[in-house]
Amino acid sequence: MGSDKSSTSIERRQFDTLIIGAGGGGLRASLQLAEADLNVAVVSKVFPTRSHTVAAQGGMNAALSNVSPDNWHWHMFDTVKGGDYLGDQDAIEYMCRAAPKAVYELEHFGVPFSRLDNGKIYQRAFGGQSQNFGGDQASRTCAAADRTGHAILHSLYQQNIRAKTHFFDEYFAVDLLKDDTGRVLGALVFNIHDGSIVVIEAKTTLLATGGAGQLFKTTTNALINTGDGMGMAMRAGIPLQDMEFFQFHPTGIAGRGMLITEGARGEGGYLVNSDGERLMERYAPKAKDLASRDVVSRAIAIEVREGRGCGPNKDHVMLKLEHLGEDVIQKRLPGIRQTCITFLGIDPAESPIPVFPTAHYTMGGIPTNHYGQVVIPVKDTPEEPVQGLYAAGECACVSVHGGNRLGGNSLLDILVFGRAAANHIISYLKENKYHRGIDDEIIDKIVTKVKRYDGTDNRSADTVETVAMLRAELKQTMESHCSVFRNKEILKEGVDKVEQLVKRMENVRIDDQSFTFNTAKVEAFELENLMACALATIHSAYAREESRGAHSRTDYTERDDKAWMRHSLYSFENGLDYKPVRTKPLSVDSFPPKPRVY
Amino acid sequence: MNSEKINPEKFRWQCRRGMLELDLLLNNFVDKEVATLTQQQKQSFEQLLSYPDQTLLDLLLGNAVSSDPSVAALIQKIRSVSLD
Repeated sequence: MGSDKSSTSIERRQFDTLIIGAGGGGLRASLQLAEADLNVAVVSKVFPTRSHTVAAQGGMNAALSNVSPDNWHWHMFDTVKGGDYLGDQDAIEYMCRAAPKAVYELEHFGVPFSRLDNGKIYQRAFGGQSQNFGGDQASRTCAAADRTGHAILHSLYQQNIRAKTHFFDEYFAVDLLKDDTGRVLGALVFNIHDGSIVVIEAKTTLLATGGAGQLFKTTTNALINTGDGMGMAMRAGIPLQDMEFFQFHPTGIAGRGMLITEGARGEGGYLVNSDGERLMERYAPKAKDLASRDVVSRAIAIEVREGRGCGPNKDHVMLKLEHLGEDVIQKRLPGIRQTCITFLGIDPAESPIPVFPTAHYTMGGIPTNHYGQVVIPVKDTPEEPVQGLYAAGECACVSVHGGNRLGGNSLLDILVFGRAAANHIISYLKENKYHRGIDDEIIDKIVTKVKRYDGTDNRSADTVETVAMLRAELKQTMESHCSVFRNKEILKEGVDKVEQLVKRMENVRIDDQSFTFNTAKVEAFELENLMACALATIHSAYAREESRGAHSRTDYTERDDKAWMRHSLYSFENGLDYKPVRTKPLSVDSFPPKPRVY
Repeated sequence: MNSEKINPEKFRWQCRRGMLELDLLLNNFVDKEVATLTQQQKQSFEQLLSYPDQTLLDLLLGNAVSSDPSVAALIQKIRSVSLD
C-alpha cells in the first residue's frame, strides 16, 4: 500500500500494448487490438465513459453524399484549406478516404446515427465544408442528435468489454519508461484509490490522452483535459509540434466557457453585434457564419475590440436562434437549449445567446506519422519513429488539422488514427514478440518523482507554492498573453511569466499526505503536464512571425509561406526546431497554398 | 447529520466528468456541501455519480426527472447550491 516502495517490490504487469487514455481514440485502438487477440491494457484517470469524447456534440465528417453531392477529395481540400496549408496532405488524404468506412463501422458497433426520412444517415452542414473544391456549402457531418460523442464512447466501451480489454480505471500515468536507446517500454502508473504504484511493461505504448484545454482560464474543456500525454512525451525527450495553434471556438458562452455547438449555426443560427448587424456577412460574404472557426473567432474579437460588442461591458456578441422556431431548436439542439436555460436563464427560442471565442482544441501535440508512430528528428532525418511509442487523437499532431481544425474532423481523427495506430501495432508486434526487460534504475527515477510530493521538508512557509494558486496564474497568463490575437510584446511577457511559473513549480508542496484518493497529488502531476504544454505553446507562438490559421499576430498579419510553411517543434532539451510540411498526398496532386477566402 | 466518516476526496474524483457543465455543477456542490451531507444524501449522491455523463446532464439540466425521490431531491439541492 502506498508509494513507499523500492523498484524490487513494486507490482509489475506485462501487456502487448498499453494504451493511456480511454476516450474515442484509445478505445478504438484497444478494440482493434483486443479483437486481434492481443493482450491490451487501457489506463484511464477517470472511468472510461467519463472521457472528454463524451462532450463532442456536433458530429463526424464523412463524404457519404446523403444530403448534398460529396466526395472524399472535396473533404480533403476543405481540410487542407481549413488548416491554412499547415496540415500534412498524406495524413489528410488517408483520413478523408477512411471516413465513410469509419462511420459504417460505428454504426455496426451500435452508434444510433440520426436518420433522414429515406433511412440514410442524416448529415448536417458545418463550417468550412464545401462542394467541388470551394463551391457551395456541403452537408458532411454525421450526427447522433447533439450527443454524438456520447453515443460513440459508450458503444466503443461496450465493444471493449465484450472483447475483454483490460481496464485500469482511475489510475494515473506518471511517466513513460524509456531505455537508453530511446525505446519506450511502458509506463509507471499509480492507483488513485490507494496510491499504490504499478509498473506496466508493454511492447508498445499508445498515448491517447486528449488535449490541453485547461491551459486557458475560459475554456469549453472539462477539468480532465490537462495535456497529460503531451507532458509525458516532453519529459521523455520528445518535442511537441505546432503547439502555437490552439483553436478558440467562436461560440463559447461569454465568460463562462460552455460550448454552443457549431451545429447551432449549421441549423441556421447567426451572429449579430451591438448594432444588430449580421457581422459575418462582412468577414466571409459567401460562407458567412459557417466560415472556418478561426475566421469567425477573429471576426468576433475585432467587433468587440472596435466597440461593437454587446452587453454593459461590450465584451461579447450575440448568437441568434429564435428565428429557427421552438420546434427546430427542441428537435435538433435540445442540449444547448437546456444549457442556456440552466446556466444563463435564457431560452434561445426566445432570446439570443451571449458568446465569445473560447479555448477549445489543441491542434498541436505529439508528432506522429499517419501510422500513429511517434516521430522525432534524428540527425538529418526529420521524422524517425520512436520505437514502441504511438499517439492518436487530440494529444497527437499527425497533422491533419494544420493551423485550424474543421468542426466534425475531431471525432473523425480519433477514430481513423486510433484504428491506424492499432493496425501498425499489430504488424509491429509480429516482428517484436518479446518484452525487453526494464532496469530498476529507470523505475527508481520515476518512483522518486512520485514521492516528491510526499512528506514535509525544511522549506519555510513563505517559499511554498500551492497547486491552486500556480494553476490559476498559468491559466490567466495564457488567456492574457496567448489568446485570439497576439503580438511580440504580449507574447514576450507571456514567455517570461510562464518560465517563472515553471520555476515556481519546484516549490509546490501539498498538504494532503494520504494514499486514498489523494486528488491533490493528481492535480500536482496534472499541473506539471500543463506547464510543459504552456512552455511549448508560448515559445512556439512567440517565434512564429506570421499569421496562419488560429495563430493571429497583429504585428505579422499575413501568412508567410516562404519562411513559415513548416512545423514547429519545441522540446525541453533543444528549445525550438522546425521540420517541413508533408505537402505530397498519397495518390492525388498536392493542393498548393492559396489565399484563404470564405 | 451522519457520523460515519466519508472521504470527500473520493466524491471529488467521481465528480471529474467528461463535460465542463458537469464539472461546474458537481464540483461547486462538493466544495460547498460535501461535509454536511446526511447518510441518505451520501447514498443518493453515490447513486447519482454512477450514472453515465449524458444521463447526469439530462437530470441536472432538467431534461429528465429521477424516479427515485431522494435522488430527485438531491438534484434540486445541487442545482440550488451550484447555480446560486
